[in-house]
Amino acid sequence: MSTATSLVDRLVDRWGRLMVIGTPYIFLILVFSIPFFVVLKISVSTSNDGIRFEDLSTFNDWVFSFTASFQKYRFLFTDDLYLNTYGSSLKFATINTLCCLFIGYPFAYFMARSPVSIRPVLLMLVSLPFWTSYLLRVYAWKGLLDDSGTINSLLLSFGLIDEPIKMMYTAFSLSVGMVYTYLPFMILPLYANLVKMDGRLIEAANDLGASPFRAFWLVTVPLSKNGIIAGSMLVFIPSVGEYVIPELLGGPETLMIGRVLWDEFFSNNDWSMASAVAVTMVFLILFPLALFNKYQTDGVGRGSV
Amino acid sequence: MTLFPRNFHRAVAVLAVSITSLMSPAQAAEEKVLNIYNWSDYIGPDTVANFEKETGIKVRYDNFDTNEILHAKLVAGKTGYDLVVPSSNWAKIQLEGGLLMPLDKSKIPNLKNLDPNLMKQLGSMDPGNAYITPWLWGITTLGINVDKVKAAIGGPLPENAWDLIFKPEYASKLKSCGISMLDSADEVFPAAMRYVGKPPYSKNSADYQVAADMLKTIRPYVTLFSSSGYINDLAGGSLCLSLGWNGDINIAAARAKEAKNGNNIVSLVPSTGAVLFFDTMAIPADAAHPENAHKFINYILRPEVNAELTNKVFYANGVPSSAKFIKAEVAANKTVFMTAEDLAKMVPPEAVNNDIRRLRTRLFTTFKTGR
Repeated sequence: MSTATSLVDRLVDRWGRLMVIGTPYIFLILVFSIPFFVVLKISVSTSNDGIRFEDLSTFNDWVFSFTASFQKYRFLFTDDLYLNTYGSSLKFATINTLCCLFIGYPFAYFMARSPVSIRPVLLMLVSLPFWTSYLLRVYAWKGLLDDSGTINSLLLSFGLIDEPIKMMYTAFSLSVGMVYTYLPFMILPLYANLVKMDGRLIEAANDLGASPFRAFWLVTVPLSKNGIIAGSMLVFIPSVGEYVIPELLGGPETLMIGRVLWDEFFSNNDWSMASAVAVTMVFLILFPLALFNKYQTDGVGRGSV
Repeated sequence: MTLFPRNFHRAVAVLAVSITSLMSPAQAAEEKVLNIYNWSDYIGPDTVANFEKETGIKVRYDNFDTNEILHAKLVAGKTGYDLVVPSSNWAKIQLEGGLLMPLDKSKIPNLKNLDPNLMKQLGSMDPGNAYITPWLWGITTLGINVDKVKAAIGGPLPENAWDLIFKPEYASKLKSCGISMLDSADEVFPAAMRYVGKPPYSKNSADYQVAADMLKTIRPYVTLFSSSGYINDLAGGSLCLSLGWNGDINIAAARAKEAKNGNNIVSLVPSTGAVLFFDTMAIPADAAHPENAHKFINYILRPEVNAELTNKVFYANGVPSSAKFIKAEVAANKTVFMTAEDLAKMVPPEAVNNDIRRLRTRLFTTFKTGR
């Protein structure tokens, strides 16, 4: 067979394979690695006027010197603003992920268990909000939650409350906006996972005497673990760095890393500090994820033996 | 598994070559295009259209609402803009950092229309007036809903208007009808510093702590931080006191009058003074259409065109001969065209260094978040 393969065929074959395998790498290098290293470089650069940066490496008169300043990273730990902000961002992202999970799981389960004929309609309904700009949808919550908004007006007119409930520009409005925006990212992977599950496993559990809750907890949940993890990551990671929703719906006392980045970048005109904050955030998210992934693959390995 | 597939370097090389070939060579003649980046709510209704009609130059007009955003774009470079409008104290940092292009004064004969006193003031930021020419100017001050404020404090306005926002005794009473502040340390601190008797652009970090301590006492009463949305909230009645720009407050007053909603909005001219700002036209160093930008600057400096700006957005301009084109009610508005006596009390802006800027931002964050 190899005798029949001409040189051209082999070349085409090789390049074809390279294209297929290489595309995701090229994409990752272009849109992730290169920008990340640029940001990393700025974070260790120094500048006097915030406009011109000193070169990291110089080659003068046969002397090669390389300078990297880690002062910005040190500063991150001397001012408690940054650690408090990371903590606060992680807290909001966790709350958001849990809320999305508790609302999204029953939703996805219902979709996966509904008749095959109506599933496409349900799927379309979940993705329907994406047809409107995300900015508009977030801003629309202002009209609902404001002191003179729809909810307060209704409650007032029914005499249920005497003065408007302060909902807008609080942690509450921020969480509502975040959960609303990120819910589809939880539902879709969960649905994709649950829809493939074999219904006979539940029947078997029932036959063996498990209560419906026990069957759900011991069979359905463990089997959908991958969907839960995928959905949680899709919600958690972008929530940590979310900027637009806290700006529109959060109160001035809400500390989020997006706002601190804005201040470093725009108000302080300190690109190095902004970059250091961003790099630290990437590591804050990356390390737990890498550990988690390692643990996951180990677990799968043991289970499959 | 290796990180990169074999022959990866060749794929990268091909990609690099194809990207380079896509880039076009520099253009020789200037096309009839002008890209302008200006503050929001800051131009006459027909200013751009008339310029396009007259010159055949197609104008793209974009907006920003804080100096910080414009500055970051200029620092990043390749903004694509040919004319920008920084405040003078920001322009100083930009021109010293080589981000702006010196003007070719021979192309702007209308420079002769400019008020020499104003140009002298701008000279403190831009020696020899080499880079910037005035767009409009004003003060950072307080705007009030007169009836609501009087009802809330149950008496006459205080002698020093700044007491309304910086004295807990007044601010606590006004919280119920809504207090807003510009969402920028660069605007709030100079006013607060003056109130506590320190130089508005002090170089001494201890002075800023004094202002921050004062601000802390009134934080519970500030209901909104906003740099452009407050115009409509003030006009609509959901705010009764705003720390904002005098022209914006006059825009709010005009909108309230138009809507006939009974809100009587007034821009105050504090007897104790306020901080001035001068917004200026400048050409980024890497502008692609500097010729057209010079034409536009010359056009704006015509008295009738300059008057059109003031008539629409209620800020004073730098062309005295525009006075005869200014509407009577705007010309009579002493919060737009201050009396010489009031003007003497106002403080000109200064540039601050990066350390002070960081300190101000940090204190402002503490102030806003209340921690």
